[in-house]
Amino acid sequence: METKKIKRVDFIFSQDFKVSEVLFNTFKKTRDEILQEIIDSDLKGRGGAGFPTGLKWKAAKEDKITEKYIICNADEGEPGTFKDRAILEEASQKVFGGMAICAKVIGAKKGWIYLRGEYKFLIPHLRKEMAIFHDMLHNELGFDFTIDIFTGSGAYVCGEETALLQSMEGKRGEPRNKPPYPTNIGLYNKPTVVNNVETLVLSMMVVKIGAEEFKKLGIQDARGGKLFSVSGDTPKSGIHELEFGMLLSDFVEEFGDGDTKAVQVGGASGFCVPRKKFDTTTIGYKGKLKGTSLPTGGSMMLFNSSRSMYNVLHNYLEFFAEESCGQCTPCRVGTQQLLKGIEAIKKGEKSHEYLEALLSLSETMKLTSKCGLGQSVANSFSSIVENFREEMIY
Amino acid sequence: MKEIQDVVKNLTDKYGSKRESLLPILQGITEEQNYLSSEAMLEIARALDISAAEVYGTASFYSFLDTVPRGKYVIRVCRTIVCDMHGKKQIVKTLEDLLKIKVGETTHNGKFTLLETNCLGWCHKGPCILVNDDIYTEITPAMVNEIINKYRNK
Repeated sequence: METKKIKRVDFIFSQDFKVSEVLFNTFKKTRDEILQEIIDSDLKGRGGAGFPTGLKWKAAKEDKITEKYIICNADEGEPGTFKDRAILEEASQKVFGGMAICAKVIGAKKGWIYLRGEYKFLIPHLRKEMAIFHDMLHNELGFDFTIDIFTGSGAYVCGEETALLQSMEGKRGEPRNKPPYPTNIGLYNKPTVVNNVETLVLSMMVVKIGAEEFKKLGIQDARGGKLFSVSGDTPKSGIHELEFGMLLSDFVEEFGDGDTKAVQVGGASGFCVPRKKFDTTTIGYKGKLKGTSLPTGGSMMLFNSSRSMYNVLHNYLEFFAEESCGQCTPCRVGTQQLLKGIEAIKKGEKSHEYLEALLSLSETMKLTSKCGLGQSVANSFSSIVENFREEMIY
Repeated sequence: MKEIQDVVKNLTDKYGSKRESLLPILQGITEEQNYLSSEAMLEIARALDISAAEVYGTASFYSFLDTVPRGKYVIRVCRTIVCDMHGKKQIVKTLEDLLKIKVGETTHNGKFTLLETNCLGWCHKGPCILVNDDIYTEITPAMVNEIINKYRNK
């Protein structure tokens, strides 16, 4: 099994280059050259789903419609994730830079930052930084691209790209059917690239240092570094930029409090890994790795042995039941039934065999829900129920 | 208070009166009047030439767009797992005792509304609360008093 020792990376927040210089050098290249660099780098979306960024840009670039958009997804709502906020606070110029590079490649003149309502306090700062960026982009580089901010209003599901688009169009944030994908039919039915905040910063890193250099970091399908939001029972909670491919056991040794019983990788929609699996789990995207490799938007929540995993799961399920948009039945009813179900088992109103029925319900939700929200409830549900079964019952 | 027609007019002048202007307009009203009254939603429907049901349907989808009266300051306590683990319950209890209301209620003088909300994105500094747009992190029951007083005297 290929793994890497924990290694700190410093790109996202480093101040060792000027955004304007990187853009100036990048804009000398052709659109195809820039795109090829992104494709070659194997850069994958850092929001959690891990779709190859280059392919997303390529699809939008090849669309014949001339009016195109780029949206920076800053609707960071996954429990345990807070890195996008930090990027916007400390490295917003790089985010704008990444958006401009994407705009160049796909041929967009307009971009938005979809900022979650909870981060409204960032707006004055972002507006100020944006004015500086626009001045540089328009007057120094003569590049016609303008960014604006769109504020969300408290809906986790709007982090799903098509729900985000619905929301920007003034509608309920209910995900659309895919296909068609936003890269062809996006905002106002125009080709639209929706990228996570961190992904945009990294696309800038790729064009600056080159795909080859970027790929030296990480393993196999998971290249580069990643910002991890570390929280829970840890003395080192905060944001840490680490190389992909580390073993969870190394992570726990570095960040745990000595009594870690489980780590939730990827937030409430991710997986719960119990202590016995720490040394067979790596952090990266799903690839041909042996053992388990978990993708993640970077949320790492540590729980020590004083925590009840029933309470943890109960908290997640309350979250999902409330945040389900209600559009499709498996997710709307499923989230409520899973929550009621574990409560009934805990109270002794249902026998422990009922857990099997609930596991099968979560599997149905995975297969039949319309978007990632309903599909991923089974991740935390089954990984907690299967690994901490006795805590669910007694 | 300004006439609702004027408030909506100002917002449509600023954001336009197309369907995609709806969210910024709803947010603008919430900012000015703390919540979306039926009158406000009907006026928006007229201004945007869409049905009132569309306006209500959209507004009621978003947890920050309230369709019931709210206080001048809406306090949202993060209830998601890490804040919950780090003492969210004591914070809620302190707030309830201090304001003499339960979660979901508004004080008599219309100054404060107490709500719980999902992950605010400060898990490394929990527990945290949002008062309108202001964030307070790593708060203790003792700090709650201070924070509330700040708004009480505003």
